[in-house]
Amino acid sequence: MAQIAAAFAIGIIFAFGLAVSEMINPARVIGFLDVTGYWDPTLLLVMAGALTVTLPIFPLILHRSKPFLAAQFSLPRKTQVDLPLLLGAAIFGAGWGLAGFCPGPALAALASRAPGVILFVIAMLLGQWLASRFETRSS
Amino acid sequence: MAHLTPVVMTDPNTVGGLIGGALIGFAAVLLLALNGRIAGVSGILGGLITATARSERFWRLAFIFGLIAGAGLYILARGSLSLELQASKPMLLVAGLLVGVGTRLGSGCTSGHGVCGLARRSPRSLLATMIFMATAALTVFLTRHVF
Repeated sequence: MAQIAAAFAIGIIFAFGLAVSEMINPARVIGFLDVTGYWDPTLLLVMAGALTVTLPIFPLILHRSKPFLAAQFSLPRKTQVDLPLLLGAAIFGAGWGLAGFCPGPALAALASRAPGVILFVIAMLLGQWLASRFETRSS
Repeated sequence: MAHLTPVVMTDPNTVGGLIGGALIGFAAVLLLALNGRIAGVSGILGGLITATARSERFWRLAFIFGLIAGAGLYILARGSLSLELQASKPMLLVAGLLVGVGTRLGSGCTSGHGVCGLARRSPRSLLATMIFMATAALTVFLTRHVF
């Protein structure tokens, strides 16, 4: 229960970050990606702001034997660079560039109830489901 | 195919970018310290599709509802939120599919690889971040300046 409450509160903080930085606005994200156009460096500042917090603090947390509310850390297990990683990142980038939405901002933007956002999120869920079908078949 | 929607030029949001970024970093730190989880939004969402345990589903749903509620609270507090969609509906559909397939296949998105993975000094995340930034910039170059 405590973990569920924590996840909800953390989601709110995350969304505030996306809103304050305006990363929730696809126009701003595309402004960053448009490196040969009228370039907007804001996304780089957001990454810098986030990494200033996470880079020094993550190792301190992971140094502990366990997190405060859970029995153990649940971290990604893959360590090798493989083809799915490279291909997946490239495909994700193409979609991100087309819409200016990545998963976090798209979900937060559902609060606007804009039909285009809802459409994007449904398509994203469908895409994740399709790719997960492929995983179970190939393994 | 480009310019179905007007091109919006944005000026840098320096203070908002840094503060907003720090808030995102703070959220990632809290999720790791409290729940022992990586704040990668695509992974949290994707776990809803494959997770079997009910407790696995609840915290993921809570985080996603928190994201939506947070943006909703921001709209209530500030009166508005700039949200300028840059693509037509068919294009948003294609983009959503690509983002879904790509983040699942590539094990992460901007938050998981870009914010958390880099903080964990993961070579996979560094490579993934460089690749999706590059293909995204290339896509914007093609849709805005070539076609």
